[in-house]
Amino acid sequence: MKKTVIAAIIAIFLIAFIPLFVLKDAEFGGSDDAGSVVVEEVDSSYEPWATPVFEKILGGELPGEVESLLFCIQTGIGVGIIAFIMGRFVERRKWTKDEN
Amino acid sequence: MSRNEKRILILAGVFALTFGIVPNVSAMHIMEGYLPGGFCIAWGVLCIPFLAAGFLSIKKTLNEHRNLITLLAMSGAFVFVISSLKIPSVTGSCSHMTGTGLGAILFGPSAVSILGLIVLLFQAILLAHGGLTTIGANTFSMAIAGPFVSYGIYILCKKLNVNKKAAVFLAAALGDLFTYCVTAGQMALAHHADTTVMGALGKFLAVFAPTQVPLAIIEGIITAVIVMGLESYAKPELRALGFLKEAK
Repeated sequence: MKKTVIAAIIAIFLIAFIPLFVLKDAEFGGSDDAGSVVVEEVDSSYEPWATPVFEKILGGELPGEVESLLFCIQTGIGVGIIAFIMGRFVERRKWTKDEN
Repeated sequence: MSRNEKRILILAGVFALTFGIVPNVSAMHIMEGYLPGGFCIAWGVLCIPFLAAGFLSIKKTLNEHRNLITLLAMSGAFVFVISSLKIPSVTGSCSHMTGTGLGAILFGPSAVSILGLIVLLFQAILLAHGGLTTIGANTFSMAIAGPFVSYGIYILCKKLNVNKKAAVFLAAALGDLFTYCVTAGQMALAHHADTTVMGALGKFLAVFAPTQVPLAIIEGIITAVIVMGLESYAKPELRALGFLKEAK
């Protein structure tokens, strides 16, 4: 089981990072930006009729660095919750005898 | 009873706070203002029955087994983490996964629709990603269509006696992929002025699907690993959910 998990994690990293090395000149932009490009293509007369609330308040786009900060916070909080709960489960199994 | 309700409120509050600070740059979500008003309302209305079912389903689960709140919070946090990781893909653009498969397999698809809506709502308000006007459409694709496919595939695999890990992998991966297909469909239905619906669908699929295939595989693997972990450490909870059989 341990081996399977390790193999799985290696596979995840391979899948995630190989494109980065193979496609050296690609931009790696977001796929929803690509989405708006397609909208231009198939429906050229369409104009987006609303802008995101946050950008409206800021009066512009969120700075890239701040964006990545918020991203890290998101990941951190999520991982924190998962780790906390998993930790409780692991500890509980240690202390309870009637496991099955 | 009232204690349970309090727990639901606290859970919702925790999610609200956590998801409130999420910037989601390259979401699969349809951007603010990119669907005409009629479509926004139609997709929104379509979501309501699922959300109602989801609320009742969560309430029922927590009423029966209060301790399942931990697993529910974990499923939510999983969506949270997974949807914050933007991963480069073979097409040269980045995308991220949905993470809804885990919740769908454990708690059933309708329960996940609530978790997904909360994520989407706060992403739309605070992060300029997705959008308030397109929340209905995004909820439908990510929090309803994807999880239902995941759940369906999981049940099907169980009927066919497929290995459980493989079943979890397939369910999560295909559910993720299907989310993007639905998004492509929603976009195509709304935007086909210069071509046909099918032509537009082809184009949107060409943008979303190839990018998402490797990510769907990753999501499948991660979900399977998490389920393996839960199987060894959270047996009582999984049994209460009916995920593990009593006799096993």
